[in-house]
Amino acid sequence: MEFFFQQLTNGLAIGGIYALIALGYTMVYGVLKLINFAHGDLFTMGAYLGLTLLTSLALHQHLGAFPGVIVLAVMVMGLVGIIGILLDQAAYRPLRESPRLSAVVSALGASIFFQNLVMMVYGAKYQYYPKNILPKTVITIMGLPIPLMRILILLTSVFMMVALYLFIQKSKVGTAIRAAAIDQGAARLMGINVNRVIMLVFFIGPALGGAAGLMVGLYYGQINFTMGWVYGLKAFTAAILGGIGNIPGAMVGGILLGLIESLGAAYISLAWKDAIAFCVLIAILIVRPTGLLGERVAEKI
Amino acid sequence: MMQNTAEKFPKRYIVYGICAVLLAFAPLLLDSYWTDVLNNVGLYAILGLSLNLIVGHSGLFNLGHAAFYAMGAYTAAILNTLFKIPILLLLPASALTAGLFALIIARPIIHLRGDYLCIVTIGVGEIIRIALINDIFGITGGANGIFGISRPVLFGLKINKPYEFYYLIWIFAAVTVFLFFRLENSRFGRALNYLREDEVAAEGSGINTAYYKLAAFVLGAAWAGMVGTIYASKMMIVSPESFNFWESVIMFTLIILGGSGSIPGVLMGAFLIIGLPEVFRGFANARMLIFGAAMVVMMIFRPQGILPPHPRKYPIPRMDKTNRMSENEGTS
Repeated sequence: MEFFFQQLTNGLAIGGIYALIALGYTMVYGVLKLINFAHGDLFTMGAYLGLTLLTSLALHQHLGAFPGVIVLAVMVMGLVGIIGILLDQAAYRPLRESPRLSAVVSALGASIFFQNLVMMVYGAKYQYYPKNILPKTVITIMGLPIPLMRILILLTSVFMMVALYLFIQKSKVGTAIRAAAIDQGAARLMGINVNRVIMLVFFIGPALGGAAGLMVGLYYGQINFTMGWVYGLKAFTAAILGGIGNIPGAMVGGILLGLIESLGAAYISLAWKDAIAFCVLIAILIVRPTGLLGERVAEKI
Repeated sequence: MMQNTAEKFPKRYIVYGICAVLLAFAPLLLDSYWTDVLNNVGLYAILGLSLNLIVGHSGLFNLGHAAFYAMGAYTAAILNTLFKIPILLLLPASALTAGLFALIIARPIIHLRGDYLCIVTIGVGEIIRIALINDIFGITGGANGIFGISRPVLFGLKINKPYEFYYLIWIFAAVTVFLFFRLENSRFGRALNYLREDEVAAEGSGINTAYYKLAAFVLGAAWAGMVGTIYASKMMIVSPESFNFWESVIMFTLIILGGSGSIPGVLMGAFLIIGLPEVFRGFANARMLIFGAAMVVMMIFRPQGILPPHPRKYPIPRMDKTNRMSENEGTS
């Protein structure tokens, strides 16, 4: 029982991280119908920028552990968000009217660029986050111990997802984003500045990805310049699992993928962990071709 | 005969001819290192052509082509090391396993829309790689792979040196170009292009879209399987890491960069994607950084690819009397 509980909470924490990254994929896809393959590398940037700021500013020593990490997270999110906007302006904006696959190749090129940029600046070796930034407390719930870190990660990611959902659903800007996702031309006619919406999407998505990068750094303690590929691919899987372009879908897909992976690794086979996740994905897509929460799109004639 | 038809042919055919002649004599001018680079270019050119059938002509978003390449390479490696069957005889066997595998995989998923198909093909590629690492059925040799694959023997000549491989690979490439060129201009190729442009209209015109998509997918996979065989005998070792996601990305990128759906474009793409990192070798660490930036810049300046396909022209035959007469007589 305790083993199961550990795997469950671990799966939820990883799932939360996947969901945060998946939101970046799904938001960009929703508005631009573009798979931003460089998103995983923006996540890596978040992890590395977090490490740099952590060691150079040492906010956790000046402000105390929790306020320090929160300020750090805000800074990382802001910086990665700005990188996201720059990425869009440089690599995607000139390709808005081009064939879709050209933009995909541009995204792959940007991904290679970022990955090697990180490698050149920080080196190819694993980098380690300083230990004990956040207290390694273990909380007991109903007689079952859980590390505080896991709860914090899950709570933070759920908090961000709920905030984003409310922002998209309730605010005026969120309505504009939804309108641009449905029909850019019509949105433009209704007086929505679609370019600004796209900029905003390219700020929010990478910002959430950057936050996820920081979380991975704090949770696992070690980061590498190639981790964006792995996490990016998983998060993209999660976004597809839930139905790409659909924000609650990315959340459900992320959490589900985290659980499948963690429980699959524990009860079926550790070596086949990633294969199990993909098998479940394929099985779900065979039954529901547009993902769990994806809308069934009738082919236009 | 060349001179008579030269006026009818566009000028680009002359350029292609010059390139072909240059390629034919290239090993005489290059050292073994650069010959080997050209060998890699050749392998990726054939892989690109096979994927071009799926991505370029049918518009199916396949980012897992390395899986079929791996199937071919492993089939050849296993049969060659266990039963000592000569490599070149294994070409059909590799094509068959890769093609059958593609058929089984693609049948249930071929109807998925663009990006969903993309992630499924990525997933299939990863599943295959993980299966190979985990030594599935105890025959793939795990993470170390299989070594001791024999060299190909052609008419009693053992193909060993880079320049010998050069001719093997590029003759294979030339055959591929010829066959795929014929395919492109056939009823089959036209059907693929039609369903790429508008699936509903194609279906409405009586094209069995599921059948054609599947056929393109299986044919492309089988071709990649054959390239896998050549690769296995060239390296004499196959290991799972040679067939990772990155390989699929390279194959995909070279098509889009060169010109999706265009044979000269794919060849050009193979030269750029495999050749450019070699040229940038002087930049050491910054090599891939520049390469990534170059991909973005090239896409921005040539969104259609460097050599996009030429629109097909089907001239309407003149309906004057003399022409009809000659048509009736069966001469022209």
